[in-house]
Amino acid sequence: MAGLPVIEIKGLTTTFRIGGREVAAVRDLDLTIAAGETLALVGESGSGKSVTSLSIVGLLPKGIGRIASGRLMLRRKSGETVELQALDNETLRCIRGNDIGMVFQEPLTSLNPVYTIGEQIAEPIRIHLGKSRREAIADAVRLLVDVGIPDPQRRVRQYPHELSGGMRQRATIAMALACNPALLIADEPTTALDVTIQAQILDLLAKLQAERGMAMLFVTHNLGVVAEIADRVAVMYAGSIVEAGNVPSVFSHPRHPYTKGLMRSVPQLGEATALKEAGAPLQTIAGSVPSLIDLPPGCAFAPRCPYAIDACTTAFPDLVDTGKGHASRCIRWQEI
Amino acid sequence: MSQYIIRRVAVGFFMLLALTVLIFGLLRLAPGDPIDAYINPSVPMSASDLDALRIGLGLDQPLPVQYLAWLRAALSGDFGYSIQRGGIPVLPLVFDRIGPTILLMFSGLAIAIVVGIATGILSAVRRNTATDVSLSVLSFIGISSPAFLTALLGLYGFSVLLDWAPSGGMLTPGAPFSLGDLLSHLVLPACLLSIAHSAMIMRYMRASLLEVLSQDYVRTARAKGVREFWVIVKHAVRNALLPVITLIGSTIGIAIGGAIFIESVFNWPGMGLLMINAVTRRDYPVIMCATLLTGACVIIVNLLTDIIYAAVDPRIKVS
Repeated sequence: MAGLPVIEIKGLTTTFRIGGREVAAVRDLDLTIAAGETLALVGESGSGKSVTSLSIVGLLPKGIGRIASGRLMLRRKSGETVELQALDNETLRCIRGNDIGMVFQEPLTSLNPVYTIGEQIAEPIRIHLGKSRREAIADAVRLLVDVGIPDPQRRVRQYPHELSGGMRQRATIAMALACNPALLIADEPTTALDVTIQAQILDLLAKLQAERGMAMLFVTHNLGVVAEIADRVAVMYAGSIVEAGNVPSVFSHPRHPYTKGLMRSVPQLGEATALKEAGAPLQTIAGSVPSLIDLPPGCAFAPRCPYAIDACTTAFPDLVDTGKGHASRCIRWQEI
Repeated sequence: MSQYIIRRVAVGFFMLLALTVLIFGLLRLAPGDPIDAYINPSVPMSASDLDALRIGLGLDQPLPVQYLAWLRAALSGDFGYSIQRGGIPVLPLVFDRIGPTILLMFSGLAIAIVVGIATGILSAVRRNTATDVSLSVLSFIGISSPAFLTALLGLYGFSVLLDWAPSGGMLTPGAPFSLGDLLSHLVLPACLLSIAHSAMIMRYMRASLLEVLSQDYVRTARAKGVREFWVIVKHAVRNALLPVITLIGSTIGIAIGGAIFIESVFNWPGMGLLMINAVTRRDYPVIMCATLLTGACVIIVNLLTDIIYAAVDPRIKVS
């Protein structure tokens, strides 16, 4: 089912200027997403997953964040391949909302409170496809049907505060899909929603992606969501990908101690009660995420890793292929 | 929307009513007997004469009765006669003066709104640059300069030294009316009046826009590929204006206070001069009428502010 690669990132390093120092928020990141494929980028807050998505669309905070090195190749809807990091702002602007759609975490704050849903969905259509206001609003009504909003004729004239949370997120999805993008970046789109609404939104995203054959980058910290929606998963820790592979392969046999720790930390139904009765705490990973300002030498996870040996603290490990498209940044992956 | 407007108008009406009570009550609380104003001090009057006068004027009645009588007359346009000016009816006297004051105040306000909002936007967009810093310094100077000082300095600088504008009055005496003449007299006092207000609006606009620019929906607009100019103007400024509109509405009273100073410095034939004279001579009917009309203006402007606010912010109509 996977077609040609839509986005191919090679050696992306994004730095932030913090107190006069350049700090790498993303280090030497490679990833490829093909048409019709979903890649989930998983990690804790500050692991660099959102910075990765902002690097793709060129929306890093001005004067603070910048792409220090790497190539980000995007195959546009026209079939032309461009290198995003080398584009001027104006060309990049024509790509945003057109070839790349984005859905954000908080549907309420992501929508402008003073414009109707219809106007906001119509905006990218008018900018990128050059349609008139009337045509764009008609398109917006069709898009609202596509994302499963009932009574779209009425909804299109309503303001964000008149919609429920799930409805708002459907509207932002319609907005991201307005120009039929080649790549959809969904940055924690279900985090702010109720669990039942979460499931609906995930189903909707999966359905729309299959219909339109888009590549999807799905940023999340929720492993359950990954299992639900993604074909492949990349786990990030302290700015670099520590493990990547097909979802079944990574979930059934994690090859990095961090991924393994994350999986064990997800409480299973019933397990929490059993632990409580036994007086034992929930599973966690000991220690905390290191500050990006002074990362430990060698493997960033080594100080928290139960498998760490001396060799782990001397050199930054490479991402090694463990077979069948599965890769791990751990020198002891064979023992895990 | 119409329901909202009806409710605001009703609230405005009750505020006006409360204002009449307040004005009436405060003036009666002021030291001195209102009867003094009716007496010629050089003519001796007996106590019985005084009482007769008191009864004739209705001043022997209890306060609520006096209030209702005054209110009834006021509603029919009868605000009594000016005491100091020998029996001229008050209403036409005040009405003659309200036009110039409104002209001056609204010109000043319009300049303040345009300048304040424009510089506020510029300052926020160019945050922490030389432009921002110099605008901020200017606005601090503007806010901290009292009206009487800026009025006098402005008069001296622009009128006496540079001779760019006439130094006072509203029209050249004796010359036929022309718009150019009026504007040349208006521009200096209006600009001076706008200084403090535009500085305040600029500070608010800057702070408000900076806050809005960090909102998620601004990022969403950029992610949609909206041009940076329109991100600022269409998505950010409209939201940032909301608190500024409230500020403008609620500081309109300050603008009136400033206008009184400016009027006395520039000899502008407005309410300011009239009120100052009336207060120093305890001309109660004039004070009451002028204060009431000024208060009514403030209430009407606040009402307009509320309506504009609702037009800009769709969330208002629901609550």
